Amino acid sequence: MSQDTLFDKVWDLHKVSSLPGGSDQIFVGLHLIHEVTSPQAFGALKDKKLKVKFPDRTVATVDHIVPTDNQSRPFKDNLAEQMIETLEKNCLEHNIRFFNIGSGNQGIVHVVAPELGLTQPGMTIACGDSHTSTHGAFGSIAFGIGTSQVRDVLATQTLAMNKLKVRQIWCDNKLSKGVYAKDLVLHIINKLGVKAGAGFAYEFAGPAIHELSMEERMTICNMSIEGGARCGYINPDEKTFSYIKNKLYAPKNEHWDRALKWWESLKSDENSIYDDVIKLDASKVEPTVTWGITPGQSISINQQIPLLDELSPNDKLVAEEAYEYMSFKPGQLIKDTPVDVCFIGSCTNGRISDLRVAAKVLNGKKVSKNVKAFAVPGSEKVATEAKQEGLDQIFKDSGFQWREPGCSMCLAMNSDKLIGNQVSASSSNRNFKGRQGSPSGRTLLMSPAMVAAAAINGKVSDVREFIN
Amino acid sequence: MKSDFTPPIGKISNINGQCISLIGNDIDTDRIIPARFLKCVNFDSLGESVFEDDRKTLKGKHPFDLEENKNASILVVNSNFGCGSSREHAPQALMRWGIKAIIGESFADIFYSNCIAIGIPCFTLPKKSIEEIQNYCNNQSLLLEIDLKNSLAKSKDLNFNLEIKESSKKMFLSGEWDATATLLEKSSLVERKYKELPYIKFI
Repeated sequence: MSQDTLFDKVWDLHKVSSLPGGSDQIFVGLHLIHEVTSPQAFGALKDKKLKVKFPDRTVATVDHIVPTDNQSRPFKDNLAEQMIETLEKNCLEHNIRFFNIGSGNQGIVHVVAPELGLTQPGMTIACGDSHTSTHGAFGSIAFGIGTSQVRDVLATQTLAMNKLKVRQIWCDNKLSKGVYAKDLVLHIINKLGVKAGAGFAYEFAGPAIHELSMEERMTICNMSIEGGARCGYINPDEKTFSYIKNKLYAPKNEHWDRALKWWESLKSDENSIYDDVIKLDASKVEPTVTWGITPGQSISINQQIPLLDELSPNDKLVAEEAYEYMSFKPGQLIKDTPVDVCFIGSCTNGRISDLRVAAKVLNGKKVSKNVKAFAVPGSEKVATEAKQEGLDQIFKDSGFQWREPGCSMCLAMNSDKLIGNQVSASSSNRNFKGRQGSPSGRTLLMSPAMVAAAAINGKVSDVREFIN
Repeated sequence: MKSDFTPPIGKISNINGQCISLIGNDIDTDRIIPARFLKCVNFDSLGESVFEDDRKTLKGKHPFDLEENKNASILVVNSNFGCGSSREHAPQALMRWGIKAIIGESFADIFYSNCIAIGIPCFTLPKKSIEEIQNYCNNQSLLLEIDLKNSLAKSKDLNFNLEIKESSKKMFLSGEWDATATLLEKSSLVERKYKELPYIKFI
């Protein structure tokens, strides 16, 4: 059992009681909600005649269903309109802070909370969304929950949970040029597998992680869940603190000094005990692309899609399913695969640094005429910043459509969808069957820079050829 | 979908029913319930849309469409079932179709917690035993009697010692899987914790 890791410290601090069944009652320091997984929870509160226990600990925004072309109300999609209205009504009734469209602070919940300084080290953070692990980048313990658990957090500010084990993933050296956090996390998931993280929190550590910016760290922690770990985190350091400083909800004045002192005490001790430790060499990672139907089915840009014989017995079943669904032949190169749609956005890679990197690749170039390409900033703040830097113009000049903030085609709950068996190059997090809105649509996950390169060439490309 | 759906309440100790086998590893919650069905403010009509896209692709041959499975209530799956999105809509859709318990090689963490929270016990068995059940189901219907207290599954031909986390088992047997009431009991401790936490005072 792990000892003296950041996970242990934060868990113990938030433990309210031991429950009769053997699980722990854990206090949730920050509860984030959105329109998709909260309405039924508020409905259940009403049925049970309960109130929201600490309305100041819950924050709401709207992201999954929002259109990214025309956001004027009422939305064209009646169901989407009904969902945003329900959230508006619930927040008003229960006195919950809500960052609505046009507030200047709306966006994908996992982009918004960090950029407002709501996400801080040492917190427990829960949200009815599996990518809540993103917030672990700040040294918080953050995890996705379902709607019944959203109800419990609203009613009690606590959850019944079993303590997770802790696996440290130590990344030596540093990423090479043209290789990004997305490549590293896809590589990690490929090496460990998509279910290895079940029952674990992942602590990402080592020189390569230390080197990453806060936004890159968020990309890593965001995809912990794709490796099966509902929680992923990184010990906070100077980069963490300076990112938070001066944000809207960051501690101010004497509170800042006290916060800093506490945050510095939180990291895993040098001699802390882990349930498992994995080491890898980040300098060996190359631009990585998924070829299959799970985020674990990825290869380096110059590799061939694996042959069945090269895979472990456990991976063969899904590989066969993937060859058929993706219409790929074992042994085929992933490079030069034609793409129909290019999507830059999502809680994984929809932040300002992602847009900067992609814009740098696109600058002065044109998107292939066979490709529909669009960029969706992760939040209103990201969109504003991008416009101030002129990034929107670079995207538009290249042939990309520039959209309004939201989750968009990561999960296609709005009208941004693949059609038929189109292939997308996507900076999002899931390549599941049907994920991007068409039951036969095919998704290739990659870094935003790689998506930009694919958009220009109309096919999967090595971004290093663009930046050297 | 069963028209007489009533959600489980209170203690759960025995589940008797016919097995329905669904073969495949890493079956994610997007497949269990595609995102377009999440545009709803209640779970009521999800049962009919469970596995919608997989079922359309298989044109009536998906296990959830087979006539012989229409009354099944114990789902038998392979490894990492329910990975991906945290949407509780996935187990809600399965439950509203008629599923009352799941036996698998392994489950994704969030899916597993969601199942507990809505009263669906999830059991694990080694790969070999799962395949034995799935092969059996290929040829004839398997009626299982699950005794949660003793973690036993019995049938005419096959018997298994099921595995389930001790904490989950206790929650089902006591009815505390519906956690709100239990969590509310410690209200004064929760209030104390709220006052003690350093960061509450930072804002």
